[in-house]
Amino acid sequence: MQFDPFVIPFNVGLYFILIYAVVRSVIWFRGLSRPDKLRLQRGFFGRSFGQSIREIFMESLIHRRIFKASPRLGYMHMSLAFGWFLLILFGTLEADIFGEKHLNPPYKAIFFKFFNPDHGRSGLEAVWAFLMDFLLAFILSGLLLAVIKRVWSRVVGMKKTTKLKALDKVAMLSLWSVFPSRLLAESFTSGAYGTGSFLTGSLGSWLSSFLPAHEMAYPFWWLYSLSLGAFFILLPVTRYMHIPSELFLIFARNSGIRTGDRAGAFTEMQIYSCSSCGICIDVCQLNFSTGITNIQSAYLLKGIRNDKDVSDIAFNCLMCGRCDQNCPVGIELTPIRMIQRRAGEPQLKAKSLLKRYFPDNPVVQPLKNGTEPAFAFLKPQEPEKTDVLYFAGCMTHLTPSIKNAMISILEASGVKYTFIDKDGGVCCGRPLMLAGQTKEARELINFNSELIWKSGAHTLVTSCPICYKIFKESYYLDVEVLHHTQFIKDLIDEGILKLNFSRKKVTYHTPCDLGRGSGVYDEPKEVLRHVVRLQKTDADDENAPCCGGSLGNMKINHHQRHKIAVDAVRMLTVKDPDILATSCPLCKKTLAAATGTRVADIAEIVAEAIVPADPVKRFTDPLHRMKQPVI
Amino acid sequence: MGRRVVVIGAGAAGMEAAGQLAKAGCSVTLVEKEEETGGNVRNWYHLFPDHRDSKEVISYLDSRVAHKNLTLITGTTVEDMEQDHGQFILKTGDGMALEADAVVVSTGFDLFRSERKEEYGYGIYDNVISSADLEKMFRKGEVLRHDGEIPRRIGLVHCVGSRDEKVGNPYCSKLCCVTAVKQAMELKKKLNTARVFCFYMDMRMGGALYEELYRESQEKYGINYIRGKVSEVSENFDNRLVVKVEDTLAGRPLKMELDMLVLMAGMEMSESGARLARAAGLKTGENKFFAIADHHFGSNKSELNGIFYAGTCTMPMNITETISHARAAVADVLDYLNTLSG
Repeated sequence: MQFDPFVIPFNVGLYFILIYAVVRSVIWFRGLSRPDKLRLQRGFFGRSFGQSIREIFMESLIHRRIFKASPRLGYMHMSLAFGWFLLILFGTLEADIFGEKHLNPPYKAIFFKFFNPDHGRSGLEAVWAFLMDFLLAFILSGLLLAVIKRVWSRVVGMKKTTKLKALDKVAMLSLWSVFPSRLLAESFTSGAYGTGSFLTGSLGSWLSSFLPAHEMAYPFWWLYSLSLGAFFILLPVTRYMHIPSELFLIFARNSGIRTGDRAGAFTEMQIYSCSSCGICIDVCQLNFSTGITNIQSAYLLKGIRNDKDVSDIAFNCLMCGRCDQNCPVGIELTPIRMIQRRAGEPQLKAKSLLKRYFPDNPVVQPLKNGTEPAFAFLKPQEPEKTDVLYFAGCMTHLTPSIKNAMISILEASGVKYTFIDKDGGVCCGRPLMLAGQTKEARELINFNSELIWKSGAHTLVTSCPICYKIFKESYYLDVEVLHHTQFIKDLIDEGILKLNFSRKKVTYHTPCDLGRGSGVYDEPKEVLRHVVRLQKTDADDENAPCCGGSLGNMKINHHQRHKIAVDAVRMLTVKDPDILATSCPLCKKTLAAATGTRVADIAEIVAEAIVPADPVKRFTDPLHRMKQPVI
Repeated sequence: MGRRVVVIGAGAAGMEAAGQLAKAGCSVTLVEKEEETGGNVRNWYHLFPDHRDSKEVISYLDSRVAHKNLTLITGTTVEDMEQDHGQFILKTGDGMALEADAVVVSTGFDLFRSERKEEYGYGIYDNVISSADLEKMFRKGEVLRHDGEIPRRIGLVHCVGSRDEKVGNPYCSKLCCVTAVKQAMELKKKLNTARVFCFYMDMRMGGALYEELYRESQEKYGINYIRGKVSEVSENFDNRLVVKVEDTLAGRPLKMELDMLVLMAGMEMSESGARLARAAGLKTGENKFFAIADHHFGSNKSELNGIFYAGTCTMPMNITETISHARAAVADVLDYLNTLSG
């Protein structure tokens, strides 16, 4: 039996973290809703298992998405994660193949050199030793980058990196000391016995030339074991919890579990899976346009993890979804922020460790007798029966040129439609949702839903992506909900709308709620390609900036919004277009205030391109005959 | 021949300052971008508070600039300004280089372009007009809707492009209120049966005789003042305007049908002034007007020696204040020129 007391810290840490992982997994599984439990069971023992394994390999080890964002940052993460994984894997194999017996306890693999100092002299042993040294060098190169990143984040291609709490720093230092202490411990041992490959061997023989290698090795083996033990013990209370959490998250996500609109075990998994890599800080417009650097998603999740009051952070966000799009772990950041905004959600702010594992069930206060709902004053309406409903939305009423354009398009199309909020309607409810006032929003949703049901329409067209998103997500409607760009595309495809082509150069700005929020990217561009020359920019599709007008942010002032708009315009007008097109009335208003370029909604551009009806018609229309002579 | 001074902009301030400087013996060049002098005053019909015809002011200003020491150049702009050994060299759009010992900047203001407040429908609905458009109608002698009908219900919207962070103008233009009062009374004089509504945030009647005018407009002309900002304007089937506004005194939302809506456009730094500021490296303030050197003692001075400001290129002012400000600029210019010779 090979044993030495220095392996105890490592063993304590390892068994603690293994038991912890099992307990935590059971708690998370129990915390899932019944359907989600079934999904996870089916996912784990089903087809998505392979997909999950592949994703774990590609993302948790190789870090492919981080590579895409920044190759140097990706290398840093890959060398630490994949390198360490290979070191453990080959270490275990080494102990199994070259050790005195098979199936060793884990510490044998980790401290193999200590127990087998003569190993690695010749043949396959030497090749193996070379491999182990190579892996260690690989990890150390990543570690060097990590140390530099802390001091100077631009080296790895990032403008900002996250600020850490004290415990995170301790864990980080213990992680950092794991690999150098292993290097020194192995080198001294190799030096003393004249073994080791290119790294530990060379360093060892050089060190032993002026130091007592045999005596020096032992303290470093202790340091190595202590570093590992400390890291494992600290792992559950630090950001490094993301390592085991992400494995669980990947299985859950591939099984089809989604955040939805309520906090729960899945949300908690996601919160713990954040590694605080800081990519969300770099892509955040509040960071690079207004210099606000403490509200990004990494800080939101960190605040929730550490039971901090995050209400200021939760409401200081454009809700543009750029961080969602770029999160290498694929955490649904915007839905989590929405949950945090809602009142009466106790789960995410657990007060004690005990409460965190045994959360209260949310208590929804029933309406007290005698109190009216907030929107009880709204009188029920009787709409006329129709095929297509047009819901302009509040913001479209504030941009009458879009409204007028849509009316002329609808008239030209000849469909039977009703302009449901012509004389002003009721808000779609999304602004209240974004403000966390779910109950009040629900009252508006119910009011509008009734109106839409009664009309008997089969299609609901809206001009506003803000309305579109909530109609799609939070209304239970038996109608097809279309944004007007989708509706116009259908009209063009079916040959109902005849349009002239103009040679104007146009850049298209994808609104947040339509693009990243609802996944509508192609229809608007197809409509534009039909009538104008559409230019490509770096700010297309998923990379589109928020205009700055966002209803989602309750904290920034007009000055800051204007700065965001000015920067957004700069990104969008690099090719000096004749028209900056968008498909959101709020974006139009915000961008127009920040540029001299004409800003227009797609509906306006289309309305201007409509081919006037057949001149023959003028014979039958006395009004037209009076105004325009027949050619 | 005395010292050379260039005055940029021949509106009320520029003409007054140039005339005074010429009288004091300076050799003055007055540069105007338009073909005609008079600036914004020319766009107005009658002036508050005494309903004087603006033509009287124009002819007064014309008499000021008719002086042998004064050269008037119209139809050109100052594109660039350099300083060389205490001498200013101004390059104009048509290629001239003017030399000067001192420069008076009197580039005035532009009216807020009401199209930028799209929710009010200027440029979209035919019967939404600006305060300047209404003055033109007054001058023509007829106030009519686009379809030629006589308007019976008219609304005047205050603070269009003023006190509005969303359009980037947080400051008060301070003259739109009294303009609205004046125009409301004139409308009522012209169209006796019409009903006139003013939608205001606050009534800022700070000038001489403004408050009296405001009282008269209510007592004698029966103008309706509604405290509340117009939120949006739309058009109904027979081309009437539907205005949504919250009556904040009654605490309820209103929806009104109107035949015509007049937008009281605020005052902004003029575009030509902003261009000059960029070209010459002159500082502008939060409100985008030229930044004056000191709020109490230096309202005519820039941060550069030898460059002075006169009139509404520094802040919104009425004609009385503009002329006083221009005269004060002359005192500062002469003082400065004396230090040069001494």
